[in-house]
Amino acid sequence: MKKRYFIPLIYILFLMLPIYWLVTMSFKTTGEILSGFSLFPQDFTLQNYRVIFTDPTWYWGYINSISYVTLNSAISIAVALPAAYAFSRYRFLGDKQLFFWLLTNRMAPAAVFALPFFQLYSAVGLFDTHLGVALAHTLFNVPLAVWILEGFMRGVPKELDETAYVDGYSFPRFFVKIFLPNIKAGVGVAAFFCFMFSWVELLLAKTLTAVEAKPIAAIMTKTASSAGYELGLLAAAGTLTIIPGAIVIYFVRNYIAKGFAMGRV
Amino acid sequence: MKTQNQKAWFFVLPVLLLVAFNALIPIMTVVNYSVQETFGNNLFFWEGLGWFEKLLHSDRFYSALGRQFFFTGMILAIEVPLGIIIALSMPKQGFWVPVCLVTMALPMLIPWNVVGAMWNIFTLPDIGLLGYFLNHVLGVSYDMTQDPTAAWATIIIMDVWHWTSLVVLLSYAGLVSIPDAYYQAAKIDGASNWAVFRFIQIPKMKNVLTIAILLRFMDSFNIYTEPFVLTGGGPGNSTTLLSIDLVKIALGQFDLGPAAAMSLIYFAITLLVSWVFYTLMMKDD
Repeated sequence: MKKRYFIPLIYILFLMLPIYWLVTMSFKTTGEILSGFSLFPQDFTLQNYRVIFTDPTWYWGYINSISYVTLNSAISIAVALPAAYAFSRYRFLGDKQLFFWLLTNRMAPAAVFALPFFQLYSAVGLFDTHLGVALAHTLFNVPLAVWILEGFMRGVPKELDETAYVDGYSFPRFFVKIFLPNIKAGVGVAAFFCFMFSWVELLLAKTLTAVEAKPIAAIMTKTASSAGYELGLLAAAGTLTIIPGAIVIYFVRNYIAKGFAMGRV
Repeated sequence: MKTQNQKAWFFVLPVLLLVAFNALIPIMTVVNYSVQETFGNNLFFWEGLGWFEKLLHSDRFYSALGRQFFFTGMILAIEVPLGIIIALSMPKQGFWVPVCLVTMALPMLIPWNVVGAMWNIFTLPDIGLLGYFLNHVLGVSYDMTQDPTAAWATIIIMDVWHWTSLVVLLSYAGLVSIPDAYYQAAKIDGASNWAVFRFIQIPKMKNVLTIAILLRFMDSFNIYTEPFVLTGGGPGNSTTLLSIDLVKIALGQFDLGPAAAMSLIYFAITLLVSWVFYTLMMKDD
């Protein structure tokens, strides 16, 4: 093993330490956690996980989060695909300004939008629905999806479009049958980033929900403060929120780095 | 060459409608509040630019803004060089590449308040791994809830833990796109490691590094959830960043006018700095 590999190795160890601690805590009883320091659970218990999987407020939190995240990725990709195609293939009046304006939405602090979003979504009757949160998260995910997809589409030669027209393909048929398979990787990468940013965002998701669509992360904060200091339970819930991300990242591992490298700029 | 085609607007229309709904209406709401005063009961009074004037003369605003800039500055100064160093020393191919990528990307996929909660558990003075180690093994007195320096160190290390991987992944993507022929040519010319870094690797990483720095700037400047969960802005006001102060005023005290004025200035600063960054880094092209 070469010497320089120590750098990534130490970095990965540093990344894993807090995660290890969270997972360890989740297998300890509250009594053990508060009674003192121990590197491994002395009194191994699955009780914390049992509570989460049997209490509907807890497991509905996961279902809610996964519902709006999936919905958000689907909406973001669906509207971003034609827009990215337009940006990658055509010049039109105001295209550059529009592109920059889209990106500025990625720069808006979520804290700025929390209150007006609450009022807007209450007014149109989307408060506390999965669709409401999914739409709110398109604020920062659509610009990102357009950006990534545009980069991938630019890599597809224009001759492909022209050949398809000569062969008599209609535009929708060409787009679905020929063009989409060519940018499969791009769609995967864009979906991954939409999933990621929607999954980790909490401020807007929390502001826009009360009971029906409350995300798991918000339930965690609330339970943690109302049920006293249930550190073990909190750790178990936290551990479970890491799993969906880990699964998704495993599937796109070969495309993540490429996705950004091919983006515009 | 791209063709001129105004019908392309139809393709962009769905995005336009969606983003207009999500961005224009809320921004107009904020603008509306920023020039009015309310005492509840939906009664509003014209205030003009009063809130902006007050804000620009308030020490509280400047100190929160200063803390926000300090935080972002530290983040960029640590994460960008560190990310590049790690990317340079990663293996280029083989079994370990996906292992590195997956483990490194993991922190970015953890919900932000879980990150805060995780670091809270990790740093508890007597029962957290780091807290215990510092207090009882190294004998350093460390308590984030009492000592502002410790609180600052903790939120910065937490962000380094959380986001350095983004810089690593992007730099790595730039590095693997360099053809082997470049390195061979450099070897024949007898170029030093530094020359290879300066004249081959840096130029090839420039585009992705720009994206990395921009994203890291925007996200660290807008950060809210993680430091809020970890320190709550304390001890005292020592880690109250601009975003934390804003939410406190808007949702905590429900002072809509001042909060709206603050939001607009906040947004304007983010836009301005991003734009300056972007133009400076793209100047050479």
